[in-house]
Amino acid sequence: MKATDKLSAGQNTQDIPSRLDAAEIPALSIDGVSHSYGARHALIDIGFTVAPASFTALLGLNGAGKSTLFSLITRLFGIQRGHIGIFGHDVARAPGEALRLLGVVFQPRTLDLDLSVTQNLLYHAALHGIARRDARERSREVLARIGLADRAGSKVRDLSGGQMRRLEIARALLHRPRLLLLDEATVGLDVKARADILNHVRQLVTEQGISVLWATHLFDEIGSNDDLIVLHQGRVLAQGKVARVIADTGGSDINTAFMRLTGSTAQSGSPAS
Amino acid sequence: MTSATIRPIRSGFSLAEYFTCLSGIVWREALRFLHQRERFISALVRPLVWLFIFAAGFRQVLGLSIIPPYETYILYEVYIAPGLMAMIQLFNGMQSSLSMVYDREMGNMRTLLVSPLPRWFLLSCKLLAGTAVSLLQVYAFLLIAWFWDIAPPPAGYLTVLPALILSGLMLGALGMLISSGIKQLENFAGVMNFVIFPMFFASSALYPLWRILESSPMLYYVCQFNPFTHAVELIRFALYGQVNWIALAVVGGCTIVFMVGAIYAYDPSRGLIRRGPAGGET
Repeated sequence: MKATDKLSAGQNTQDIPSRLDAAEIPALSIDGVSHSYGARHALIDIGFTVAPASFTALLGLNGAGKSTLFSLITRLFGIQRGHIGIFGHDVARAPGEALRLLGVVFQPRTLDLDLSVTQNLLYHAALHGIARRDARERSREVLARIGLADRAGSKVRDLSGGQMRRLEIARALLHRPRLLLLDEATVGLDVKARADILNHVRQLVTEQGISVLWATHLFDEIGSNDDLIVLHQGRVLAQGKVARVIADTGGSDINTAFMRLTGSTAQSGSPAS
Repeated sequence: MTSATIRPIRSGFSLAEYFTCLSGIVWREALRFLHQRERFISALVRPLVWLFIFAAGFRQVLGLSIIPPYETYILYEVYIAPGLMAMIQLFNGMQSSLSMVYDREMGNMRTLLVSPLPRWFLLSCKLLAGTAVSLLQVYAFLLIAWFWDIAPPPAGYLTVLPALILSGLMLGALGMLISSGIKQLENFAGVMNFVIFPMFFASSALYPLWRILESSPMLYYVCQFNPFTHAVELIRFALYGQVNWIALAVVGGCTIVFMVGAIYAYDPSRGLIRRGPAGGET
């Protein structure tokens, strides 16, 4: 029985993590989720899970429904149909408990450009009820970890694109979440900045046991050992280990596997869109 | 490491966490306000222009009879001062609304809305923060007005505070409600034409209601239904240590209605507006 089945059975979601075996609870469970904007269907009955302490890539073209899914997980949009659980906490019924475990980096920049790096972090900490002294300590920690300690007092407006992205990741980690969502986090960055950010996020998985859902349309950001979910026109077309997905489609690499699944004509080595 | 360490999750939030969140939001609004010096200056210049230029001209034209809460004849400048205080709060409420629309377009709003604390509480904090900023502006205006011989009783500076808080909350909540229905920043110009100007001019801010009744009974009833009129009267009476109970009831009631509406509109599961993804997202 899946954790989401237990949620829909009407149990008290707040008690679930203490009653279930930790290994049984997915970091993220999406079950039968559909979403429409008027007559346009953005997501159609999708379902998948993200295992604890795993790096899961959500691959899809622009318009696949990735950002809509992120908005549903973070409760920016109401869930029209289906269930979303974060470590067993139903997002619709226990949003406080669910969102407390979640760190998120959205596709558009969400930093306050007129505030300093530290002020942005302190504001985020306050929104999670973290007391000022603790927040300052955590800010120093995360800034040191992402190599922005020397820019703590700088206005965000003065940072480079890569630095802003790293700061957004640091901010998402400030309240020590167990699941991190990143929506096209490397868009607009140069090759080195992209690699730095991707490496840093992968380290979070291996060193801190954080679960990561990495939404992207770039094939080269997906590793051979990653879990993969292919989202296309609002439907999940494939999910599993990358090697398994490639084998199931009869392709030679992720590029050809994606093309066979979606019927798209992207050239090898190029982005999916 | 292959599995996450599961630590027990607390349900609910402590009072200290709520307070930390409130103080953080107020702190951020204050920082933003201080960074935008031109916003502070324009917030002061607007009512001062009305006071120094408009009122000076009208003083000779417009006679005022003795009406409560005044106990003697007063200068026109003295009469319009409460209206200008409310005008500061009206513009501030709409400015907060504009900044919410901007934050939503730029993405900053998401930082607030994905906080785990209840959304009604987050929006209430935002409202309180905006009201606190409007109080700074109003008291700065009162300080300058004092040099222009607009000097209410000394106790009035204190007794007006609760009225200013309540009217600030009402106008801020109205701005928040409006912001929930505006999808693009460009549409905000309509707010100026359809909300701010009608609310200000169809009220007792510039002329006493009895004068409006003499010239246009229909406009008089429009003014009576305008919550801004009651905010002005609440402030006017409070400035002289009195309570206008009808104004208090209307402003209090409207605050609740606007706030409930704003919370409803920002609720992801019940919002008034049909939301789509932000530009460039999928």
